[in-house]
Amino acid sequence: MVEFTLWDILRNLLLAARWTVGLSLVAFIGGGLVGFALLIARLTPSRGARRLVSFYVQLFQGTPLLIQLFLAYFGLALFGIQTSAWTAAALALTAYTSAFLSEIWFGCVASVPRGQWEAARSLALTFGEQLRHVILPQALNIAIPPTVGFLVQVIKGTALASVIGFVELTKAGGMITNATFRPFTVYAAVALIYFALCYPISLTARALERTLHAAHR
Amino acid sequence: MIRTVVNLDFGTILVDWRMLAKGVAWTLGLTAVSATGGLALGVGCAWARIHGPAWLKAVTGAYVELFRNTPFIVQLFFIFFGLPAAGFRLSPEAASILAMVINLGAYATEIIRAGIEATPRGQVEAALSLALSRMQIFFHVVLPPALRKIWPALVSQIIIVMLGSSVCGQISTEELSFAANLIQSRNFRAFEAFIVAALIYLALSIGLRRLLNWLGPRFLFGD
Amino acid sequence: MPPIVEIAGLYKSFGETQVLRGVDLNVEPGEVIAIIGRSGSGKSTLLRCINGLERFDSGAILIKNKQIDHDSAAAMRELRQQVGMIFQSFNLFPHLNVGRNIMLAPKLVKKRAAQQGEEQARALLARVGLEEKFDAMPDRLSGGQQQRVAIARALAMEPAVLLCDEITSALDPELVGEVLRVVESLARDGMTLMMVTHEIGFARKIADRLIFMHQGKVHEMGPPEELFANPRTPELRQFLSSLHS
Ligand SMILES: Nc1ncnc2c1ncn2[C@@H]1O[C@H](COP(=O)(O)OP(=O)(O)O)[C@@H](O)[C@H]1O
Ligand SMILES: [Mg+2]
Repeated sequence: MVEFTLWDILRNLLLAARWTVGLSLVAFIGGGLVGFALLIARLTPSRGARRLVSFYVQLFQGTPLLIQLFLAYFGLALFGIQTSAWTAAALALTAYTSAFLSEIWFGCVASVPRGQWEAARSLALTFGEQLRHVILPQALNIAIPPTVGFLVQVIKGTALASVIGFVELTKAGGMITNATFRPFTVYAAVALIYFALCYPISLTARALERTLHAAHR
Repeated sequence: MIRTVVNLDFGTILVDWRMLAKGVAWTLGLTAVSATGGLALGVGCAWARIHGPAWLKAVTGAYVELFRNTPFIVQLFFIFFGLPAAGFRLSPEAASILAMVINLGAYATEIIRAGIEATPRGQVEAALSLALSRMQIFFHVVLPPALRKIWPALVSQIIIVMLGSSVCGQISTEELSFAANLIQSRNFRAFEAFIVAALIYLALSIGLRRLLNWLGPRFLFGD
Repeated sequence: MPPIVEIAGLYKSFGETQVLRGVDLNVEPGEVIAIIGRSGSGKSTLLRCINGLERFDSGAILIKNKQIDHDSAAAMRELRQQVGMIFQSFNLFPHLNVGRNIMLAPKLVKKRAAQQGEEQARALLARVGLEEKFDAMPDRLSGGQQQRVAIARALAMEPAVLLCDEITSALDPELVGEVLRVVESLARDGMTLMMVTHEIGFARKIADRLIFMHQGKVHEMGPPEELFANPRTPELRQFLSSLHS
């Protein structure tokens, strides 16, 4: 049997962490785009669109991400689409992220006073112009801290992709454990790497929150 | 063979309803125990973070940050696979509960602390002038209104932990997702099994939110 | 000349509550109309119907002979260019400086060139006595200044009629005068105005016609002097006496 040094373990984990970062970015960016589209749909006067988006959000917030990953993995296969764990994970996490981000952003838009919509409307701006020039710029300010904060949830969420066999940080931890029989060390190292990824983002979100509150005073 | 959507067969899942029911029972049991433990831990740590000595503040602060910035599944694996190497062996169920309690405790600490810090200073001063002890003030004057204010946030967090408990199936705690997994491994109807599981989780999270919104005012902060 | 605003048989309810119950009213070009009445009598709702912020149940509103049509986005855009509105709470856009607050709508809706838009904005700011505030952010201004910017912003669209809904109610007493003076100058310059106001003295001074709303209807209407001197209905009499006490 090959002896694994602590450095071997760390190096392999760090290599796998690249996939954690990659999956997080894909889910965050993809989820942001889809979430934005959902937000707009939810803001239009169409009641049907609003209901549909609320339903979508409730679906993803009311079921475990793990089950969503399973459904993406087995569901795609059902439609005859060749699935890799990567595709399924990217798809499920994107959908999951989109639901949460659209909900967060919807809250931010809702906190813009109604008078702003009315003033924009009374100045003959179209719905799109009201959003683009009056509402979204104001909502964006409020939205940045919780959005950054949610990135932490996405990164932690990618750990579940290990369950459908995607080799990212957590899965790599399991594999290395099997090879080294040092679960304590390996999982502690895995946790620390996640912490190193997430903690700075949490701090940033909190700092942004503080500046926002200071500006509002 | 390519199966199509038309071929979905939920019957084969539902005949195993006993397994699903058992899974639901485990999920709810895990959630109930860890919600209780997690809230108690949260209250304690929130107190420590506000009133404790400096070293205790530092320890609870580190605890909160560590557990909020790492995935639950890693926490669970560390407890279940990692701790035995250090001579601390737990059953899957005990490891699940421990992980859930600690995880919820970290979030609850932050939520409760924020609620307490938003309590007007004047109330504490009024209580001090009535010669109540620090402990009495905390539990009778500061905590109840703080809990009322943050109860919706705590409810959401408990639901997140309930949904997160699906991960405990990975160390073969026989909760709902484990049941679904077991069923699909027997009849190969994976998609249907997880659809059914998802719907049950959805119902559970809706029901649990209702229940907690009802329970909170009645038993926790008495209206 | 035909009336600028024609309202006939206007009904509007929110759920069970009937708020407007058959409002009939014509407004001539250049006319200054003051609307008074108890809180809840439907004054705001009437103004909001006129610029299409609120849909109504039945009846008709014509602006410059054109019917309000909520189903046509183009028609509503056209309408709102004719009808300006000033709100009690100013509703300036907090993320834009004063100049850009004023220039935004002309740029987007009227496709006004930047140079021209800025010249207009500066001229309007001068008109409301705030020429030096072009670059200021709204939260740096007093309430009275914000409301004057809001007036300039509405004027930038060159509306045919301006609706003012209790535009001094949110102001500290010492700031009311500066806003009223601007409104007065608009009236003098021939602007068609419909204003809901509690400043009875002011209404009396500048209004051509006073409208007393009661329970969702135009209850009494006429030249201010006449209405004040001899109110015909007990409701108006009571309303007026409640103001003096
Ligand atoms: N958006 C709304 N939804 C429900 N009721 C409303 C709404 N707006 C106004 N009302 C009701 O309509 C009535 C008239 O309101 P309003 O036109 O604001 O009166 P005024 O401006 O004369 O005080 C009030 O009873 C008010 O409660
Ligand atoms: Mg009003």
